[in-house]
Amino acid sequence: MTALDTTAVEPDARPATGLSATLKHARHVVTGNPITGFSFTLFILLVVCALFGPFLVPYDPLATNTAVALKPPSLHHLMGTDQLGRDLLSRVIVATRLDMAVAVFSVALVFVLGGISGIAAGYFGGWTDRLVGRLSDTIMAFPLFVLAMGIVAALGNTVTNIIIATTIINYPLYVRIARAEANVRRNAGFVQAARLSGNGEIRILLTQILPNILPIMMVQMSLTMGYAILNAAGLSFIGLGVRPPTPEWGIMVAEGAAFIVSGEWWIALFPGLALMLAVFCFNLLGDGLRDIVDPQRRT
Amino acid sequence: MRSIVLKRLATAIPSLVGVIVISFLLTRVLPGDTASYFAGPAATPQAIAEVRKQLGLDKSLPEQFARYVVDLAHGDLGNSLTTGQPVVTEIANRLPASGELTLLGLLIALGIAVPLGILAAIREGSWIDHLCRVIVTTGVSLPVFFTGLLLVYLFYFRLGWSPAPLGRLDVFYSAPPQVTGFYLIDSLIARDFETFRAALAQLILPAATLAIFSLAPLARITRGSMLAVMGSDFVRTARASGLTPKTVILTYAFRNAMLPVITTLGMVFSFLLGANVLVEKVFAWPGIGSYAVEALIASDYAPVQGFVLAMALLYVALNLMIDLLYGVIDPRVRLEA
Amino acid sequence: MLDIVHQPLLDIHDLTVDFATRRGTVTAVRNIDISVGKGETLGIVGESGSGKSVTSFAVMRILDRAGRIATGSVTFSGIDLRAASDGDMADMRGREMSMIFQNPRAALNPIRKVGHQIEDVLLRHVQAVRANVKEKAIDILKQVRIARPEERYHAYPFELSGGMCQRIVIAIALACKPQLLIADEPTTGLDVTTQKAVMELVVELTHARGMSTILITHDLGLAAAYCDRVVVMQKGEVVETAPSATIFKAPAHAYTRKLMRATPRPGATLRDLLDEERPAPPPIGVQADGRPLLKIANLVKEYPRQGATKSMAHLFRRKASEADAPPFRAVDAISFEIMRGQSVGLVGESGCGKSTTSMMAMRLLDPTSGSIILDGEDIGAIPAHAFAKIPARKRIQMVFQDPTDSLNPRFTAARAIADPILRLGDVRRRDALRTRCEELAQLVGLPRHLLDRFPHQLSGGQKARVGIARAIALHPELVILDEPTAALDVSVQAIVLNLLDELKTRLGMSYLFVSHDLHVVRLLCDHVIVMKSGRIVEEGSAEQVLEAPQDPYTRELIAAIPHPPV
Repeated sequence: MTALDTTAVEPDARPATGLSATLKHARHVVTGNPITGFSFTLFILLVVCALFGPFLVPYDPLATNTAVALKPPSLHHLMGTDQLGRDLLSRVIVATRLDMAVAVFSVALVFVLGGISGIAAGYFGGWTDRLVGRLSDTIMAFPLFVLAMGIVAALGNTVTNIIIATTIINYPLYVRIARAEANVRRNAGFVQAARLSGNGEIRILLTQILPNILPIMMVQMSLTMGYAILNAAGLSFIGLGVRPPTPEWGIMVAEGAAFIVSGEWWIALFPGLALMLAVFCFNLLGDGLRDIVDPQRRT
Repeated sequence: MRSIVLKRLATAIPSLVGVIVISFLLTRVLPGDTASYFAGPAATPQAIAEVRKQLGLDKSLPEQFARYVVDLAHGDLGNSLTTGQPVVTEIANRLPASGELTLLGLLIALGIAVPLGILAAIREGSWIDHLCRVIVTTGVSLPVFFTGLLLVYLFYFRLGWSPAPLGRLDVFYSAPPQVTGFYLIDSLIARDFETFRAALAQLILPAATLAIFSLAPLARITRGSMLAVMGSDFVRTARASGLTPKTVILTYAFRNAMLPVITTLGMVFSFLLGANVLVEKVFAWPGIGSYAVEALIASDYAPVQGFVLAMALLYVALNLMIDLLYGVIDPRVRLEA
Repeated sequence: MLDIVHQPLLDIHDLTVDFATRRGTVTAVRNIDISVGKGETLGIVGESGSGKSVTSFAVMRILDRAGRIATGSVTFSGIDLRAASDGDMADMRGREMSMIFQNPRAALNPIRKVGHQIEDVLLRHVQAVRANVKEKAIDILKQVRIARPEERYHAYPFELSGGMCQRIVIAIALACKPQLLIADEPTTGLDVTTQKAVMELVVELTHARGMSTILITHDLGLAAAYCDRVVVMQKGEVVETAPSATIFKAPAHAYTRKLMRATPRPGATLRDLLDEERPAPPPIGVQADGRPLLKIANLVKEYPRQGATKSMAHLFRRKASEADAPPFRAVDAISFEIMRGQSVGLVGESGCGKSTTSMMAMRLLDPTSGSIILDGEDIGAIPAHAFAKIPARKRIQMVFQDPTDSLNPRFTAARAIADPILRLGDVRRRDALRTRCEELAQLVGLPRHLLDRFPHQLSGGQKARVGIARAIALHPELVILDEPTAALDVSVQAIVLNLLDELKTRLGMSYLFVSHDLHVVRLLCDHVIVMKSGRIVEEGSAEQVLEAPQDPYTRELIAAIPHPPV
């Protein structure tokens, strides 16, 4: 009640239209919060590395040179070299594209599939809901990473299958969010009003329900990007998906793992750090986006 | 109470059916010739034909499924190519190692995350709240295998505080007589404190790795739900009737705030069982995760499928327990049955 | 009386309460003075945002983290509450002063037995010891008139009705026999008969103990019926304080007069509710011509019986198959007619089936059986999902209960009003559409510049106008009004009701007005139908039903409505 009273006291003059107000708020969130600003910078860096990585690196990421094998970081090799003398900095940068591609493709795929089926389930209910619910229940019955392992093992050890597996294990999450959001709006006043105005169900779904759910789904997308990256890296860490000598963060950490006990820390550390920063970036961005979309639901 | 338990058991049946169907499909959708996959890369044509017959791949799909279910009911998951042992036996032998690791990891995580989340919520904006935020945000961003390696480098290579990350027990010790399969408990039963200490030394790093990993979601949800409950009407009523902060927080807020945490436990278990595989690989832990990874590398399919199925069954059972626990705390669910 | 004023139990002097918000400091309560005498019942009346709840939270010192007392003093029984330590304050709360709240079900711990919740307070303030605490708790349950208290002691809040939950909250508040009870909208959201029972219980218990009471309410009628003195608040300030006998007879402040006037009461007409004198517009269009526009016959809606609500742990689980219990009849074979140009009121308490009936008439819900005949055509036979596409859709429209919920947050006001025209109307060109929207906006009194705003940029009354403009955009013959003013402040309600009446006359529409409030219905309707448990218990002209109710239930309903003295 106190909160209600306070908001009511606030002046109601907000003449800005929806879009420009949102943009203004977005700028406020990005510039006003140094952490979000930091994550945004990191995001730009990731995108640049993913797009132009191969042109930026000082060495060929695949070129071996046993003469400089296992060298710690130095001016010549800022992140050191691995057991075959490959330059780690070049490998870490070039790997960005593959790691990001897996995450982006799988998240885009699950956004579309999970979003559509979840909204349909929540809006139409009935057998659609039962079918979609049963499907995601079944996926949820598995520990998700273990299921991804099983899927990649069965479908074959390729990057495409990593994407498919990541899509499948993220599916229930998207379905649940889309379903819940569609379900609460199914009989909302404005949806009923749209029915009275002569809108068909499909049109209501597209013009009334979808625009209200999309922002929430976008936040989820950013948050699951990090999870998708972790998942793909985890799979390649245990030898699934990507094969050496392809530069990829997970497999590079796996290669470096053997050298940790003998003190060559840099081989595992730098790809691991890259991985961590990428995930960190998407999680922070997700939190920032949530602030923009839904200022009430802050954590 | 019994009818509630039975009813909850019944709700697990669809999940169980789903798990069995999916795991069956996973063995049959292998691209190319399933039999040659199962027979292994070095198999002769005769061996492949043998495996084909053995798996019943010459029969129709429903027949194959029926056979799969019958085999499953007899506890037959096939044999491992590399060791020649039945998969079920190997998984059963290795399960305690994984179980001990995962449970200890979860206990550590709960022991830290729940008090941290509560303190962060009741002192919103204080340093402990900021600490909680930092832990939560970094925790979810740390790849679990990377955390493990960092800990090994720091505590084994740099500081020398912990033993080499190789298995459950240093070679100089012998395993305690098996009762539960958990070395910590078994060594205590045997009153062999030396072994207990050694087992704990081996266990502490991988368990800490898992704990760091699962800490973040638990602390986050504890803080969030505690905040929500502290702002709720009934906490206001409790405060307005002069109840002490201790009563308000423990009797009123805490129990209600635990409900979402228990629900999240299901998700945390899902993460933990997956992370377990990675951690076992990093620490050469002789559990079912590293068994599956070894089999994967050797293209030995039966153990992988058996592992997926076993994990899924375990997870269904865990979810069932979570549901029952929820019912113990929340009367609304209890009376619904 | 003088004695009371000179020895106040509670004295609030020059109190200012600030809230820290993202947009800076907001003053919720500004320099107010309020005092409550021993044994006195004080009403604090105001509309939303008046700061009445904040005042009570400040007195109890349970403001949330963002709020703080900026200036002023609060003295209770000679004790300076601002200076009291947190521990002392906690000792006083519940023992010396306690509080009951709006939404009683949420005010109770959902997973603790109600008996234990009462015991917590008794033990805290050492009113009982472990050995006799249960006995005492049951005794208190008896005092708040809970039937079968031994059994209810073990109940959880979700097993009890809203009225019963409020009795439990009262039990907790009065368990330690405090000197002051603050009741913050204690009956908002409860049915009017339950409201009466709860208020009478509060009055009886507090009088018996010689307690002082502060009743915080938006309802002038409630304050008039139960308070000795009334404080009127507006925008965080006290505008008037006077004994209720005088304040209703001779309100001194303009705002009090406005509030008084806007409150529906016996004998008042719609136009009496408004500030300025406005002549009734000359009726044009259709007059009642004796032909039924809508005829509802033997309408039935059945629902399968269901178990308790799903818990959040089982979001994805389906319910087990429904038991073989007979279906629940939400609407049980009702028949009535609405003539052209007529306004029919459909009145009843929550769960009586009035909303279900209106949803069926609206053709958003399919009836189980019975007919809905619009102008000779049985529209009840057309399934709800197909109804959006047929011409009859234009003829029946609706104004929804919650103006906020009924507007798509991503549509501007103009877009919301244009939607039915685009789908079912004949205007297609952009500029013509805009002109039509502006006409409609003018018709409902919505300033033109507000048309490009989004719902969150509009006030409650403005949103209600948008909803009305949308409903009349297609020149419907029948408009169903589903509690159109329930979410609005009383002064806004007065304006909206007048607007609706004016529109009806000007456009020759018929109304089906669904409401829980007989007095509001009377203002707008010539004919009233009273429903209870899915059936019609009484029907007749508005005067007849209100002045000479035949059915005992109608009599009970009317008697339960508190209203200020005329």
